[in-house]
Amino acid sequence: MNGRNGRLAGTAASLLLTLFGLVFVTFFIGRVMPIDPLIAILGDHAPEDVMARTRVELGLDQPLVVQFGLYVWRLLHGDLGRSVMSSNLVTQDIARYFPATIELATVAIIVATLIGVPLGVLAAVRQGSVIDKVIRVVCLAGHSIPIFLLALLSLLIFYATLDWAPGTGRADVAFEGMNPVVTGFLTIDTAWAGDWDAFYDAWAHLAQPAGVLAYFSMAFIARMTRAFMLDALAGEYIITARAKGLSALRVIWRHAFGNIAVRLITVLALTYAGLLEGAVVTETVFSWPGLGQYLTVSLLNADMNAVLGATLVVGLIYMALNLFADAAYKMFDPRVR
Amino acid sequence: MKVEIANLTISFPSPQGMSQAVRGVSMTLGAEKLGIVGESGSGKSLTARALLRLLPPAAVVTADRLQFDGIDILKASERDMRAIRGKRAGLILQDPKYALNPIMTAGAQIAEAWRNQKKGSAKEAMQAAIDLLAQVQIRDPKRVAAAYPHELSGGMGQRVMIAMMLAPDPELLIADEPTSALDASVQAEILRLMEDLVSRRGMGLILISHDLPLVSHFCDRVAVMYAGRVVEELAAGELVRAQHAYTRGLLDCLPTLSHPKGRLAVMSRDPAWLA
Amino acid sequence: MSDVVKRAWLLSDAPTSRSQAAWGRRYRLWCDFSSNGLAMTGLVIVVLLVLCAVAAPLLAPYDPTLQELANRLSVPTAAHWLGTDELGRDVLSRLLFGARVTLGMVIAVVVTVAPFGLAVGCVAGYYGGWADTILMRVTDVFLAFPRLILALAFVAAIHPGVTSAVIAIALTTWPPYARLARAETLTIRSADFIAAVRLTGASSGRIILRHIAPLCLGSLIVRVTLDMSAIILFAASLGFLGMGAQPPSPEWGTMIATARRFFLDQWWVPLMPGLAIFVASLAFNLLGDGLRDVLDPKQR
Repeated sequence: MNGRNGRLAGTAASLLLTLFGLVFVTFFIGRVMPIDPLIAILGDHAPEDVMARTRVELGLDQPLVVQFGLYVWRLLHGDLGRSVMSSNLVTQDIARYFPATIELATVAIIVATLIGVPLGVLAAVRQGSVIDKVIRVVCLAGHSIPIFLLALLSLLIFYATLDWAPGTGRADVAFEGMNPVVTGFLTIDTAWAGDWDAFYDAWAHLAQPAGVLAYFSMAFIARMTRAFMLDALAGEYIITARAKGLSALRVIWRHAFGNIAVRLITVLALTYAGLLEGAVVTETVFSWPGLGQYLTVSLLNADMNAVLGATLVVGLIYMALNLFADAAYKMFDPRVR
Repeated sequence: MKVEIANLTISFPSPQGMSQAVRGVSMTLGAEKLGIVGESGSGKSLTARALLRLLPPAAVVTADRLQFDGIDILKASERDMRAIRGKRAGLILQDPKYALNPIMTAGAQIAEAWRNQKKGSAKEAMQAAIDLLAQVQIRDPKRVAAAYPHELSGGMGQRVMIAMMLAPDPELLIADEPTSALDASVQAEILRLMEDLVSRRGMGLILISHDLPLVSHFCDRVAVMYAGRVVEELAAGELVRAQHAYTRGLLDCLPTLSHPKGRLAVMSRDPAWLA
Repeated sequence: MSDVVKRAWLLSDAPTSRSQAAWGRRYRLWCDFSSNGLAMTGLVIVVLLVLCAVAAPLLAPYDPTLQELANRLSVPTAAHWLGTDELGRDVLSRLLFGARVTLGMVIAVVVTVAPFGLAVGCVAGYYGGWADTILMRVTDVFLAFPRLILALAFVAAIHPGVTSAVIAIALTTWPPYARLARAETLTIRSADFIAAVRLTGASSGRIILRHIAPLCLGSLIVRVTLDMSAIILFAASLGFLGMGAQPPSPEWGTMIATARRFFLDQWWVPLMPGLAIFVASLAFNLLGDGLRDVLDPKQR
């Protein structure tokens, strides 16, 4: 039991260190870099005395160590500062934009998993066949295509040419703000309110950006599944399972896939984290009002409080997902348990 | 039950053309114990696996005859093969560390083999697994049934493997170097157990090994393979009368307590053996 | 020496010299690699791409900055094979010069990141203990960050442009290399030949430099090649978001960003640089996949 406690302590320590690193890096980028935060807040032409007063108010006259302490102190109190652009608290802004991103990423990863995993398994089982080659190329293409090109192509084909999909944004103007916000996910809130037109509209708007993101992560998931499966299928225990006279399906899914399932959970967690990143570009193209778009707009306006706040939040989710993947490993793999 | 192999050839594609791993092997086997001896790469494992059609997909197999109890292995459908594998012939691999599925308990793996042929409930299958574990002389079958492979010792793992392959009551057991990954002290124990079970059930056994004296001790007949061919086949008691220079060389390399020699002979290979 | 004799010499089972063995090994690897059609396609495209970038001034039909406002957003014609952009500049010429920017960024990132990651990984793996703990914790912190977002924040804080984009990409790309090199080092460190070298009195530095680092190179090269495509996409994304190369630079991502507003009508204008990015990144992926199959078969 001592080993287990020791391991827990080790995990906790490394977690704290990573967290500290995360905070330190955002602080470093925000305060030590050449941009004077005052200029971002007050503009180039603020009078000297206003500058000086704000400097003191923000604690910028203090030594860096004190500033860092102050920064951490504020973070601990959930204070990410105020966005210059929207003049809201950054936390408020994030709370507003975040559900849209989660909605997008979640739908994308579900679709990607449902398609990517079977494709990867199929490719591995039929290694070297035509179907394996096709799947490999489809995946390689998914790895190679810039996501913004995919997004633009999707808009060109499904919106401009075929007129199957609605344009950019999260909902039609007609439905904007019509239904009460319950979860922040439009696809759920509209159903909650029983507004089926708005429900349909929300899904229609979601389809394109989610599809683009899904293809992008499907390629990765299928590729990893294929690699893991090839590895598992080469195991001696597969010969044993076949020698027992088990059906091919059972050998593949129970024995080979069973052995990679835990590793796949890790991949899925990382892919989900990657989607939050992919969302930055996708949201920009589709004007999807999520965290990614908030981040890019803040970037272009040098709104550093907003940028760092969003960075920190995404970093935290990243960490949480990594932690989850680790925990899944320890829970489900009898060898580590 | 009768196994017939005539002129079996197994080859693999390589950058320099097809390379033959097994070159025209013939042998027959009834309800008896046959030992196949040879060094690594001599084709002994491939020959045995060809019988269950468990070769790597790249392998190209040809034979004048490859039959299990009258069933043509080369032409049999995958369905027919599944009726042979497990149910009529079991395969024990070298190292239980790799040959057992790491994420299933020993009991679950045995129960799966049992259930695949006997179609009982999950509960019955687990009970059968525990009985089988007792049959392979495991003292605490319940605990072992609940253990994962990495929690078992090598000898224990190999007993689980044997129990699993005996679950459907097969007629033939193929043991591919079943003891070479085990400690010397456990080796004899496992072999004796296997021999005992095979004799009692009247099964056939193919024991593959690189250990000539060991095999001759446990088997009725011994086939010696070298570079993809059977160079000699004789009754186990007649080893002293071996003709082929390779077999003689193998025997000469062994130290004996009764006739100590100053220096052991070293195998000198004749390229003519390859022809 | 005739070809047959040469081939026999290369494929000999019993090489008589060290160089024969080395060349024989290389030849076999090449045989494996060249039998992979997709990988060869990748190699050919990469070579062509490099040639285009190097010879851009010779190949480009126009000056990439030459504006021809009367002929804006033209469809591909005999005069302008890939059409013209919103300022009437020749897209083909810009793409050729853009290859220099893209490949230049990729090379700049790789030459900083690979040796750095290798050094960190080898040192951490070889010395173990505190050095290992500290270096790997730092690596973990960087790995815990979403790469693109860290790079964006970093670039925004300094100054958008090619140099800061390269620094930002490098900053977020090195950790996996360090991880990889460390893992390799750990397996090599305990090998008998390292013990033998140590017994002959070699210093730690010499062991790392002459014996461990060279053995890590194989998997590192595979990783670098596969990463090239990610770096290309990364650079293009930064450009697309306005945080990479700045207009009028013909960097491909930047070209798409400026031409994006014409996408629904003059779709070919942003499409061309998009395809260029796609082809370049696909080529590196194909090449890297082929290299991995040959150099590192167990990681497939």
